[in-house]
Order: sequence, then C-alpha cells, then structure tokens
Amino acid sequence: MSWFSLQGRFVDNLPKIYILYTGGFLVFVALMAALEQAGLGADTIGILFVAFTIVIYALIGWLSRTMQVDAYYVAGREVPPVFNGMATAADWMSGASFVAMAGGIYMAGHPYLAFVVGWTGGYVLVAVLMAPYLRKFGCYTVPDFIGTRYGGNTSRLLAVLVLVIASFTYVTAQIDATGTIASRVLQIPYAVGVWFGLLGILLCSMLGGMRAVTWTQVAQYIVLIIAYLVPVFWMSIKQDFGWFPQFVYGDAVARIQELEPLLGVGTLKPAQPVPGMSALTTLHATPGDSTMAAWKFVTLVACMMLGTASLPHILMRYFTTPSVRAARSSVAWSLFFITLLYFTAPALATLTKLQVLDPNLATSIIGKSIADVNALEWIQKWAAVGMLRVTDANADGILQINEFFMRADIVVLATPEIAGLPYVVSGLVAAGGMAAAMSTADGLLLAIANALSHDLYYKIIDPKAETRKRLLVARILLFGIGAAGALVASMQLTGILGAVAWAFCFAMSGLFFPLVLGVWWKRANRQGAIAGMAVGLGAGSWYLYMVKFAGMTPWIGLDDLRFGIVGASASLIAMVVVTLMTEAPDAETQAMVDEVRIPSGQTILGSTH
Amino acid sequence: MHWSKTKNLMIIHMIIWFFFAYLVHWFATDLNQFRFMDFPVGYYMAAQGSLFAFVIQLFIFVKQQDGIDRECGVAEDD
Repeated sequence: MSWFSLQGRFVDNLPKIYILYTGGFLVFVALMAALEQAGLGADTIGILFVAFTIVIYALIGWLSRTMQVDAYYVAGREVPPVFNGMATAADWMSGASFVAMAGGIYMAGHPYLAFVVGWTGGYVLVAVLMAPYLRKFGCYTVPDFIGTRYGGNTSRLLAVLVLVIASFTYVTAQIDATGTIASRVLQIPYAVGVWFGLLGILLCSMLGGMRAVTWTQVAQYIVLIIAYLVPVFWMSIKQDFGWFPQFVYGDAVARIQELEPLLGVGTLKPAQPVPGMSALTTLHATPGDSTMAAWKFVTLVACMMLGTASLPHILMRYFTTPSVRAARSSVAWSLFFITLLYFTAPALATLTKLQVLDPNLATSIIGKSIADVNALEWIQKWAAVGMLRVTDANADGILQINEFFMRADIVVLATPEIAGLPYVVSGLVAAGGMAAAMSTADGLLLAIANALSHDLYYKIIDPKAETRKRLLVARILLFGIGAAGALVASMQLTGILGAVAWAFCFAMSGLFFPLVLGVWWKRANRQGAIAGMAVGLGAGSWYLYMVKFAGMTPWIGLDDLRFGIVGASASLIAMVVVTLMTEAPDAETQAMVDEVRIPSGQTILGSTH
Repeated sequence: MHWSKTKNLMIIHMIIWFFFAYLVHWFATDLNQFRFMDFPVGYYMAAQGSLFAFVIQLFIFVKQQDGIDRECGVAEDD
C-alpha cells in the first residue's frame, strides 16, 4: 500500500499513522471550538463533526481495498495485538454501550451494573477458552471452525444459521442507532437517516473487507474514546469533582445515598406514568436485598459473558493477528481499551445524577421552582423533541423527583448541556456515538456476509469458484444484508438494548458449547455438535417466544433478556448426551484437536482456503 | 505435559473469574456495609473492582501461558 511517503511496511508505520490521525482529529476539534467562539451555529458544528469523521472512515476504507482472499477475510493476518485490541474495542462497543449504558445506570442503579461486569468479564472466557485456539486453526469464519472440526455440511450450516440470527438481531439495532444520530444531527427524516447511516457503513467495508474494517475501526475507537472521556473530564473539572473523576466519585455516591431519602427517591412514585419515559425511583447504589435480586444480577452477567465468548464478529477479530501468542495478548489489550469506557460510564451516571439532585450545586433542578426549571435551555430543547417532561402533579409549583421524566438514553448526550459545556462537546459526542454504532455495524455485517459467502457459497454451493467470483459474491451479500438490516431497522420493532441482549442470548444458546468443547473435549463429535446447536437454538428461541409473546411466567426469574441460560443449558445437555451415545471421532480428527492445542506449527487450514 | 499444564492454568483462571464475575456480586448487599475510597464496596466491585481484576488477570494469563508454551517447546518462533 502506498500510504503517504512512509518507509517500510505499512504495519511498521501504524503508530506513526494513528498518532498523526489523533493529532489531526484534536486539531479539528480545536478548530470547531474556535469557530463556535467566532459565532458558527450549533447545527453547522454538528453536521461538520459527523460529515468530517465519516469522510475520513470512507477514505481509509477506499485506501484498504483489496482483491486478495486472505486480506479480504482476515486482513492478511498482520494486525499487531495493540491495534487489534483497539479495533476489537470499537467492534465491541456499540451504540448501546456508548449512548445507553450510562443512562441505564442513572435510571436503574446497581442492577444495571450487571451489563458493565458481563460485557468485560466475557473476555476472560475469550482469552482462556477460545481465541488462541481459533487462531491456530486458521479459519476465516466461526462456522469454518465448526465445519472443519466436526466435519460435514450440516454442522457448518447450523453454525451459519446461529451466526446469522444472532448477528442480524444485533445489526438492526446498530443501523437504527446510526439512523437516529444521523437524522438528529443532519436534520433529515429518520427513514432517510437509516439509509444514510448504511451508506457510511458500507463505504468502510465494501472494498476492503476485513482489512478495511480493521483500519477504520482503529480510527473509530480513537474518536469514540475521546468523545466519551473529554466531556467527563471537562465536566468534572468545571464542577470541582477532581481531575480523575473515575477514581474519586466515591463521595459523590455517598452524597447521593444521603440525598435519596431526603428527596424521596424510591418512595415517591409518579402519579401518572409517561409512556417511553421514566422518573427516578430506584436507589443508586443499593442492590435489591433478596436472593432473587442477586440471582437476576448473576444470571444477566452470565448471559452477557457467555454471549461475548460466542459472538462471531468478536471472535473473528482474533483471526487477524500474526500469531497465536499475539491473539492472546490482543484479547488482554481489547479488554483494557474497553474498560477505559466501561469504568467511566458509572462515574458519568453518578456525577450527572448528583448535578441534577444536589441542592448545593447550581445545576440542580429537583426542589427548584417549576418555572425556573422550565426556563433552562437544555430542559426546553429535550422537551421539544419528546425526550423529557416536567410536570407539576401536586400543583405546589416545586419540582419533585416524581415529577421529572426523561428517556434514559439521553443522559450521555445531554450531560454536556446540563453541565453548561460549549456546543462543540455535544458535536464531539454525536461523532463518538456515530463511530460506536458504525464500527459495530461494520463488524456484524462483515461477519454475516463472510459466513454466507465463504461457508455457504464457497464451501457448500460452489467449491470450484475462483477468487474473483468469491469476493464479488461476498460484496453483493454485504450490500444485500446491509439493505435488509436498514429495512428492518426503519420499521423500529424493538428498542436498542432489548435487541442487543437477545443477540447475546442467541449466540450463547447455539454456539458457546460447540465452540468450547470443540477444543477442550476431544471426544466431542459431529452428532453431538449438531444436537448442541439445534437443541440450544431451538430451546432458546422457544423460551423467548413463550416468555415474551405467549405470556408464559418466566422460570425462576429468567425473563426474555436471560433466555440464553435456558438455551445454553439445553445445548450442553444435548451435546454431551448425544456425543456419548454415538461413536468417538476418528483418529484424524483427534490428531487435529491435539494440533490445535499447541501454538507452534502450521495452522490447520491453509493461509488461503 | 503441555496440555495438562495449560488445563491447570485454565482452571485457576476460571476460579478467579468466577469469584469476580459472580461471587462478589452475590454478596453485594453485605459488602455495601464496608467502604473503600468512600465507595460502598458492593457497588465499587460492580462499577470498577471486577473490571480491573479482569484486565490484570488477562495480562498475567498471557504471560503465564507463554511461559508454559516456551517451557514445553511449543511456542511459536519470535
């Protein structure tokens, strides 16, 4: 690749390129801040932020175009661990993490932290049980591993099916998020915003496949982490919470706990609910005091963790490293980069809540007169778009905790305005949310399209297809699936978070045990894996349908966000029982498992296959 | 030899993982009676403590597994 006039191989120049890029982005932010001071309108700043970043991603996507199979599927297996860590972090952190997580903690308090724990701890499973072995296998896709380890088209097809169901559920939520942000910032209708978002996503991935997605995801991680951290630090310094709010917000938590009884949090309930919005009625740092509450916490953690370790768009990122050792350390780096955002989200939720509640702070609104609160600019702006509502249910002219309603999703977006930061910060946050949603959508679309083009088309339908034709099919599928995703997203069937949790549960129901046992249990055979995938997916889907749509009472508190527990248990039992009832795999397969378990030597599948 | 060492390492890390992923959170209410840097400990573990434990654990795991691979002569060439 001829990138500027840098010496040596492209990968040797990565640190230089991305430091340059980060500097350039910061200069752009400073320029926007200066233009805001000079009187440039808030709308124009928002448009410039989103447009500028998308153009950069598209440029990277175009520069990374390729016609080679291993570059298209696994980025030529030359991505260094730290950069793959950043790309995975962007791949991982979706619109839901970026936009909805802090808001969820703000509204639901301690129980919501199950997502924070689950979405980080899953990487321990990825590193210890999966990633290094899948890398040694040398596969292009996750079904490629299942199909080769267990043999036969049925197992490969079932793996493709689980992958498509899980990833497609997830990708519609991401396209929805890009559409929402694009329509707000660019002031176009939502239905147009969705297609605009899809266009941006496809520009990043169409021409260069995994190679293009990798290098845009690194760029997107840099934008999203700057966009998440800058407002938190800025707000914290401005409000005198300290320089590193993440480490010192303990007293803010304590202060909230002190204020909660005084303001009636948890005791004052809304007189009349407002659809789609909620008033704060949950204590901030108090887990429910029952075995059921603890059970609900740990089962949600379990679903998110096992789901993490089964989601193909995450696992396939570790196929791109140069070695098994690099795959392992890359998982550790991924978790490090993810933690930077995830341990900030509770701090953001806490500090924002304190600013709204604490009567000693100038920003507080609870306990102020309704007229004063309604005069605030951020209240007016969000109320105008139906995201927030101030009522005076008891007609005393004072705002109580149960008279202030909002949608949890707006916490991250509204925080800069609540704290009175300049608009440039809001523009930055919009660009960050866009980067988070786009990078995840890219990874998911690629995972689906690659599984269909490699496993279904090349391995099953037309094994003699030449390279050109394979890559053409891959691109047509990418386009088609993206369009289908945008179409479903534009119907707005489910909320962002619901769809995301379902994707995790589908993935763990069908894939977790066939993947883990494929490496860790030599005896596992084809019949067992087929039973594990079919029964897991079937039981999980049935349970979801019964609980969510057919009105069945959930078993021991396992609601529709936790159906993966049922699916994965069924999958494990079916796989073990059927395996033991049928013949052990042949000597050749057992030798292959032995080979997968050691890092040195050739990969099981050739570098192009 | 290599595989039994790898298996033992896996089991050790799964135990640590189980502790920080489930056990501490099961007892969140009890832990909240104690304070760490002003945080209630149960809250702290869910918001930060477990996350840091996972990150540190993984970097140590990478080192340990690499050590096993080298010791048994199955590490990749540098």
